Amino acid sequence: MSVTRKEFLRAAGVSLVVLAGGKSLLKGANGKRWGMVIDVPKCLAKPDCTKCMDACNAAHNIPHFTDPRREVKWIWKAKFEDAFGETEYAADAFRDKLLPVLCNHCAQPACVRVCPTQATWKREDGIVMMDWHRCIGCRYCMAACPYGSRSFNWSDPRPAIPALNSDYPTRTRGVVEKCTFCEERLAKNQLPLCVEVCPQKALTFGDLNDPNSEIRRKLREQFTIQRKPELGTKPGIYYIV
Amino acid sequence: MRDKGLITTGLVIFLGLVTFPFWYAKASGETAAAPRRVLPTNAKECVLPVEQMRAQHPKLLMDWRQLRVRDDVQNYTAPDGRTYSISLTGTCLKQCHTNKAEFCDRCHNYEAVQGPYCMDCHVDPRLAARVVAWRTE
Repeated sequence: MSVTRKEFLRAAGVSLVVLAGGKSLLKGANGKRWGMVIDVPKCLAKPDCTKCMDACNAAHNIPHFTDPRREVKWIWKAKFEDAFGETEYAADAFRDKLLPVLCNHCAQPACVRVCPTQATWKREDGIVMMDWHRCIGCRYCMAACPYGSRSFNWSDPRPAIPALNSDYPTRTRGVVEKCTFCEERLAKNQLPLCVEVCPQKALTFGDLNDPNSEIRRKLREQFTIQRKPELGTKPGIYYIV
Repeated sequence: MRDKGLITTGLVIFLGLVTFPFWYAKASGETAAAPRRVLPTNAKECVLPVEQMRAQHPKLLMDWRQLRVRDDVQNYTAPDGRTYSISLTGTCLKQCHTNKAEFCDRCHNYEAVQGPYCMDCHVDPRLAARVVAWRTE
C-alpha cells in the first residue's frame, strides 16, 4: 500500500501542528517572567532616602556625571507627572512627588525591536538584557524607549566612577547602559540589590507568571498602575499608589 | 655594463638598509628572548592544558563571554571534569593570575597584540584597589 500525495501532506501538517503546540506549551509551563511592584506610599514615607540608588550605583560601577545631558542612570527618582504623564487634576495628590523609576523590562520592548546588532534582547525570563560587547552606540534604543531608561556614555566613564568595583565591569565610551534587574545576582539566587537594601521594603520582586508568588499576591490585593501602558510595551514594573 | 660599480654600490646600500634591524639588534646587544611571565603560585593547572591555553585562550574567553552574557550559563566544565565559574576577573584574575601586568601584559606587549579590549571594561582587581585607596586618601 502506498501513501498518496494528499495523505502525506495531511500527516505532515498534523505533525507540524502537534510539534509547535507541544513546544509552546512546554515554554509556557517553565517560563518565568521577572517583575517588580513598587509601593509608592511606603517609599514616600522616607523622602530623603537614596539607599536603592546608592547601592546600585556602587555595585554596577555607574559613573557620576553631574551634567544632566550626560547622566547615567539605572534606578533614579523622577517626578510623578514626568513618569506617568500629565493629567489635569487626577494626580494632584502626587504632583511633584519623587518616586523610583528604572527599566520596565517590558514584555514588548521597543528598544529590542530597533537594536541593529541584537546587543539588547529579551531573555526567556523576561529580563531585557544587554551585551555591552556588541553595542555600537547608535542610540536607537534610547530613541525607542518611552521611559528614558537608557543612558549613553558620551565620554570614558571610568574617571567618573567614585569607587571601582572589580566584581562588575565598567562600560566604555560609546556604549548604552541600563538596569539589568541584577541578573548577576539572580544567577546566584539573590534578590536585586535595590530590593534587598530598601529599608522600607517598598520593592517586591518576583515571578509574574507564578500565581502563588508574593508579587502576584500584592497585585491581587492592591490596585496598581504602570507607566504609559497605552503604548503597548507591557511594562514589568507595577506601582501601588 | 658601464654602470656596474654604481649598481653594486646601490645593491650593497639597499641590502644594508633592509637588514638593518637584524645587525642593529646584534650590535646593541638587545636580545629577542621571550619575556618571562610570572606564573601563579597557588595553582598548577589552568582551565585547559598549558599548550591549549597558550594557543586558544582568546577562543576560550570568547566562548565564556557568549555563554555567560548571551546564554545565561554560569559555570564551565573543563574537559578534565573540573568546574569553573565563568568570570574573567572573578576566576582568571582573582583566583590565579593575580598579577595581570606580569602575566597578560608582558606577553601581549612583546607580541605587539592589538587590543584585546577586555580590560577597557573588566576591572583589574589591583587597579580597583589602587583607585579606591587613592580616592579615599
